[in-house]
Amino acid sequence: MTSLLVIIVLVLLAVALWQLTKIFDLTQVGSNSDSSEVATDADNNVQGYLMFGFLAFIYIFSIYGLFKWGPLVLHTPASAHGGEVDNLMNITWALIFIVQAITQVLLHYFAFKYRGKKDQKALYFADNNKLEAIWSVIPAVVLAGLILYGLYAWTNIMFVDEDEDTVVIELYAQQFNWKARYSGDDNVLGKANVRYIEGANAVGVDLADPYAQDDIVVTELHIPKGKKILFKMRSQDVLHSAYMPYFRAQMNCVPGMVTQFAFEPIYTTAEYRELPYMVEKVANINAIRTKKSAALVAKGETALDPYTFDYLLLCNKICGASHYNMQMKIIVDTPEDYKAWLKDKATVVNEVKAALASETATTDGAAGVHSTKAGDSVKVVAVMPVK
Amino acid sequence: MSAEGHDHAIDHEHEHHHKDTFITKYIFSIDHKMIAKQYLITGIFMGIIGVGMSMLFRMQLAWPEESFRIFNILLGDKFAPNGVMANDIYLALVTIHGTIMVFFVLTAALSGTFSNLLIPLQIGARDMASGFMNMISYWLFFLSSVIMIGSLFVEAGPASSGWTIYPPLSALPQAIPGSGMGMTLWLVSMAIFIASSLMGSLNYVVTVINLRTKGMSMTRLPLTIWAFFVTAIIGIVSFPVLLSAALLLIFDRSFGTSFFLSDIYIAGEVLHYQGGSPVLFEHLFWFLGHPEVYIVLLPALGITSEVIATNSRKPIFGYRAMIMSILAIAFLSTIVWGHHMFVSGMNPFLGSVFTFTTLLIAIPSAVKAFNYITTLWKGNLQLNPAMLFSIGLVSTFITGGLTGIILGDSTLDINVHDTYFVVAHFHLVMGISALYGMFAGIYHWFPRMFGRMLNKNLGYVHFWVTAICAYGVFFPMHFIGLAGLPRRYYTNTNFPLFDDLQNVNVLITTFALIGGAFQLVFLYNFFVSIFYGKKSVMNPWKSNTLEWTAPVEHIHGNWPGAIPEVYRWPYDYSNPSHDVDFVPQNVPMKEGEEVLHH
Repeated sequence: MTSLLVIIVLVLLAVALWQLTKIFDLTQVGSNSDSSEVATDADNNVQGYLMFGFLAFIYIFSIYGLFKWGPLVLHTPASAHGGEVDNLMNITWALIFIVQAITQVLLHYFAFKYRGKKDQKALYFADNNKLEAIWSVIPAVVLAGLILYGLYAWTNIMFVDEDEDTVVIELYAQQFNWKARYSGDDNVLGKANVRYIEGANAVGVDLADPYAQDDIVVTELHIPKGKKILFKMRSQDVLHSAYMPYFRAQMNCVPGMVTQFAFEPIYTTAEYRELPYMVEKVANINAIRTKKSAALVAKGETALDPYTFDYLLLCNKICGASHYNMQMKIIVDTPEDYKAWLKDKATVVNEVKAALASETATTDGAAGVHSTKAGDSVKVVAVMPVK
Repeated sequence: MSAEGHDHAIDHEHEHHHKDTFITKYIFSIDHKMIAKQYLITGIFMGIIGVGMSMLFRMQLAWPEESFRIFNILLGDKFAPNGVMANDIYLALVTIHGTIMVFFVLTAALSGTFSNLLIPLQIGARDMASGFMNMISYWLFFLSSVIMIGSLFVEAGPASSGWTIYPPLSALPQAIPGSGMGMTLWLVSMAIFIASSLMGSLNYVVTVINLRTKGMSMTRLPLTIWAFFVTAIIGIVSFPVLLSAALLLIFDRSFGTSFFLSDIYIAGEVLHYQGGSPVLFEHLFWFLGHPEVYIVLLPALGITSEVIATNSRKPIFGYRAMIMSILAIAFLSTIVWGHHMFVSGMNPFLGSVFTFTTLLIAIPSAVKAFNYITTLWKGNLQLNPAMLFSIGLVSTFITGGLTGIILGDSTLDINVHDTYFVVAHFHLVMGISALYGMFAGIYHWFPRMFGRMLNKNLGYVHFWVTAICAYGVFFPMHFIGLAGLPRRYYTNTNFPLFDDLQNVNVLITTFALIGGAFQLVFLYNFFVSIFYGKKSVMNPWKSNTLEWTAPVEHIHGNWPGAIPEVYRWPYDYSNPSHDVDFVPQNVPMKEGEEVLHH
């Protein structure tokens, strides 16, 4: 309410100011006009030097940034195609820095060098076809190279061969968490639709589909190193985006359709943690966290946990109020560990059965309590663990 | 003109009493110069709100979940209890900041101000083709602004699904509170806004085609007019598509259709929607959304062309190449929208096509940048504040544009899509650049608008602090984007992985707050100079274009006598066959004078 009042007052003030124009129009009649607000030679001189100074600022700031913040950026890709992406990225960066360095120098240096002086006359230079041709053709040639390389890499990454030996996993998005569905021994995901969602069947698997019988749903993503993983993405409510920055992988999850992205992890989580750059990064983060913890403890709050690196799946498409905390841990195992981890996971079908059974048991138990007028507590206790 | 067919006696009497009342002069004016000022002032107020919002959420990002009294004062107890910003209002601020800055400031206020002011004055016309439609256009814009601001006060909060309003998030109040009444008002406001924009654009196009003065051929038009003209055409081509998307979204929200929605399970129930696709909405949205970038940028580049040429005392280099590149950019801008959707789930083959067309835009853009630089070469640069902002624009246009090569390349986009890298890129290349263009325009044409000069020293302070802060904000932002930090996160504290980026965020916010605060210098200069500024001479910058041949005092019809005739192109600066370093367009060719440009 206060803010509304403030705005109303501001609007009224503006109207009042506007009205005042008329008065000032009258009071200023006859005052002399002059050109003192146009840049003089002295202004040109000062501003020219400042332009030169600004060039220095851009350069120093860029170089400082590269050293200071350069180490923060994503490093060593953890997927097979990531190398190609980073390679193209580095080439593009080299190019950008060259163009940036040259053009900014020319722009600001000219602004300094040709700062206006009273007796100076500008060169009448309106046109030059040769120059125009040069700066049309050179970018065209360079871009053609980038486009070709980019399209080659894009095709390799995005088009997955049907016959290729992949592990098929579904990533399932909902406000505000992720689930993963493994296709099981048949490596085919059972049919699914939000209309099948009921109780323990949280991702809406069609339980009657033969392919669905061995499907497994989990909340922590494990994938084997050295195998191409074909992710099929679904969303049950709004757009989400499955972003896995360390694997150079991202794809939106769209309600009503299945999207996909495939990559092959090349470092297990344990191996990636040991990379020298990651060791350093984690140490740095933990130093920051220790400092923050000290401040928190001083205020009587609990300290932060020390950080260990894990691959993450982040939501990268605005999806609601808790978008900022929609994540899932990804663990890249050796193929053996992966098999061992997956082995004892219950299938969706069994989970649903178990849930139904426990529900029936609970209803029975409750009925039991009601029907046992004498209050046979033993029966109830026996039911409890099933819940 | 309008007197035709009137009864003579009435007409005579009408003339006698004809004196503009306050209402016809300042409010429901059909004079293009007044409408330009109305657009500018409304835009400045919207800009204050839009920029102010960014200050608030930048503070939240630098000092997450800290308590600030100002949050409580501005956002109220509901959205900032104890001064701690709530997560849903964070998204609302981001959404409305984007909407206001892109549409209300950089589209309506930029084009609305300068197209209105300059098209009739620079082509030598008495007014717009339809002054009445022009007035309606402004008032619809005003109405849509009021509705958009009003949406800030609805109970569940304003629209908060991002300025791109992708459904289903924007369609379902169950998904986010802002998608209730707030979103309805957003859509209504934008529908009215689009109507306003179309009326404006049609008027600009018709005026440029039909009302040019004698001698003003298309190849003698100042580049400002070319830019406004082409911008208006892009607007006419693309805004209706956004309108249709908004209407279909209204249908989905209110009448149960399924254009964009399918298979949704939310809040414990399956919704009836079946068969629609959010990807369709993305296509429709970006069919406007990408040309929109150029709707924002081209007028700024047009202004820059004029300001750089005038203040370099040199012809703009490659006049025809500049026109060709404006046309090329306009054409390409309508066939590149898919580069916003590389990872949307559309067929990857389309991604290849859009990569190709997108990177092509770099060619005309490079031509423009090099032409600006060459225009400076061997000039006699008058470093007025307008000139500084124009040079600043070329600088940020290059810096921001170059990273477009990364984002336009589908392969590279995979990993930087929707991170802060994108935020840094588009803020530099279209946000800051267009804002610089707008400032350049204001400093340059303020005397033409208000008959007074802006204080140049305040202008210099304004430019230099803004220039340093703009790089200070957006240069480090590239790095945190490359570190994989997604945009539109209320706080990053749930990801210890990003703890090492926190210092950078504090630095960015510090620059943002300083830069934001120094805009007050501009506001002070602007509003005080309207009343107290030094009175301007007729042609303070010694410019060639026709607007400076009209008297300082605004009159209906712009020129008291006949409309000036045009004999030459607008860039005869330092022409060797003349003694003075500028030859206005209405100066006849001398005996035997050669046309020196092609």
